[in-house]
Amino acid sequence: MSTVTAHAPVDARIPLRGHLRHTGALIRRNLLWIRQDPESMFDALLMPVAFTLLFVYVFGGSIGKALGGGQDGYVQYVIPGMIAMMSMTLSQGVGTGFSQDFNSGVMDRFRSLPIGRGSVLFAKIAVELARMLFATTLLMVVAVLVGFRITNWPGLVAAVGLSAVFASSIMWVFLTLGVTLKNAQSVQAMGFLVLFPLQFGSSIFAPTASMPGWLQAFTDYNPLSTLADAARGLMVGGPVAHGLWVTLGWSVALTAVMAPVAIRAFRTRT
Amino acid sequence: MTGDTVTGMTRYDDDPAGARRAVTVRGLVKHYGETKALNGVDLDVAEGTVMGVLGPNGAGKTTLVRILSTLLAPDAGRATVAGYDVVRQPRQLRRVIGLTGQYASVDEKLSGRENLYLIGRLLDLSRREARARADELLERFSLAEAARRPAHTYSGGMRRRLDLAASMIGRPAVLYLDEPTTGLDPRTRNEVWDEVRSMVGEGVTVLLTTQYMEEAEQLASELTVVDRGQVIARGGIEELKAKVGGRTLRVKPADPRDLAPLAAMLDGLGITGLASPVVDAEDGVLRVPVLSDEQLTAAIGAVTARGITVSSVTTELPSLDEVFLSLTGQRAGRTQDAPAAEAREEAAA
Ligand SMILES: Nc1ncnc2c1ncn2[C@@H]1O[C@H](COP(=O)(O)OP(=O)(O)OP(=O)(O)O)[C@@H](O)[C@H]1O
Ligand SMILES: [Mg+2]
Repeated sequence: MSTVTAHAPVDARIPLRGHLRHTGALIRRNLLWIRQDPESMFDALLMPVAFTLLFVYVFGGSIGKALGGGQDGYVQYVIPGMIAMMSMTLSQGVGTGFSQDFNSGVMDRFRSLPIGRGSVLFAKIAVELARMLFATTLLMVVAVLVGFRITNWPGLVAAVGLSAVFASSIMWVFLTLGVTLKNAQSVQAMGFLVLFPLQFGSSIFAPTASMPGWLQAFTDYNPLSTLADAARGLMVGGPVAHGLWVTLGWSVALTAVMAPVAIRAFRTRT
Repeated sequence: MTGDTVTGMTRYDDDPAGARRAVTVRGLVKHYGETKALNGVDLDVAEGTVMGVLGPNGAGKTTLVRILSTLLAPDAGRATVAGYDVVRQPRQLRRVIGLTGQYASVDEKLSGRENLYLIGRLLDLSRREARARADELLERFSLAEAARRPAHTYSGGMRRRLDLAASMIGRPAVLYLDEPTTGLDPRTRNEVWDEVRSMVGEGVTVLLTTQYMEEAEQLASELTVVDRGQVIARGGIEELKAKVGGRTLRVKPADPRDLAPLAAMLDGLGITGLASPVVDAEDGVLRVPVLSDEQLTAAIGAVTARGITVSSVTTELPSLDEVFLSLTGQRAGRTQDAPAAEAREEAAA
């Protein structure tokens, strides 16, 4: 069969500017979602407030006494861990959001357009990171109100930055779940299964010294625990190096492995 | 900014007969486990024409459209659209197609205008161009008033129109419409048909799937009938209509006792080529297959001349079931219905 060229052939390549424009347009779309549906911000708004009040006022007294610093000492201990935990919990949003887009048919429209597959994924990650930053700011306001003392601003910025780095790497895991699982509920359930052991087998709520040896071995390399350790070291003082390197190692490894997996799953989903 | 010059650039395969082909499908296969959604489909759509793909539920229509939109990879076979291979050149192909899927794919949380603007930006229009194109299409699809409302407040017909508008933003050379009017009321359906016609007027090639003979007749020039993943008939719409026997005249006498005499009278009349009427006692109607306007006029004339009071006279196009029956001697999809239906007709006669 002969092929004639009626016009100049279509260019298949998308220039970098094109990718940026597409990602920008999709970021705008995700932001419009928040404006249209402010309730979707509830988790980002309520979690920092609720968790901080819960841990400081309900458990803070007794854990604080056991630790020897009282409730005030516990506030200084737990707030950096809260930043770590919140970054994880909010990361799940990329997976549930994606799942909804697939089920509503919007993703079919995007995938039939001449845009890079990465644009859709990056836009989602960017908006979730912005949401996380917003929630972290709110968390710090509440933290100061309950007695947290910000003594080291660069340390705080570094801690938030490290959380964002790790969050953007774990988002690839949730994106993969969002692309491969049938609906948003299963994504949420699977996300919970991933997060639960990481959250509670960690130094977020209490030091690991009193934990059994096998659990300590786990927490030493649990990225959520090391992220909390690093954040605590950066914000209120204490060791930073181990937590920082283990967390960064996890971030690089997760991104290197899961980003291609997510993009591939996204390309081949039917 | 190069985006605005990209659309409209298309390449076509040459047809032996000289007509350029916008879509070429050869031996397309897609199986889902045991289900043969597509089982060796061939299809040619000439540039600037409307190809109707008619088939019942589960025939494989959506599977075909999804493969041609690069959303699904075929198991075997080949398909090109505007000269681009669906498997090897998906990115080029996406630049020349527009898709209105079976289920609306608008972003419910965005307004109609935001939906169209977003797609304009994703198709590399500048901000200003994207805004202008969105407004132009909203106007054209009668959505201007609702342009700023979130799409979840739209009615089914409005969503369909927004979906159609979305698939037109990039001025596609080839447009897929997967059952564009299923579930719409007659008025909205007519509006959608008008829109499709005006797109065709702009030179767009359309691949339209439908379950309704009437829709195919309204829009398509060529028809491919599919069932269970296979093409069972193809040809010009007039050609196929002649095969399936054109229209059916449906006469309902006010008094059901007039049914039998009326049937006998029409049968004995000797109108050239008029097939025997069928009495449907259950619905109290007489069905007369008619092939031409002359036959129709003669039959109606005979009914009124006889002085029998009728409560309704309508003509209808053959249903999908009747099309299948006359093309294949089989009911669509499953066969166990046929004996039951015949038995009923015998009982009535
Ligand atoms: N993802 C899938 N997994 C398994 N089976 C599928 C899948 N998609 C389609 N099928 C099956 O393939 C066959 C063809 O489906 P398809 O959706 O193409 O039909 P259709 O002609 O569009 O029907 P309808 O008129 O109901 O939309 C059906 O039997 C369907 O059940
Ligand atoms: Mg379908």
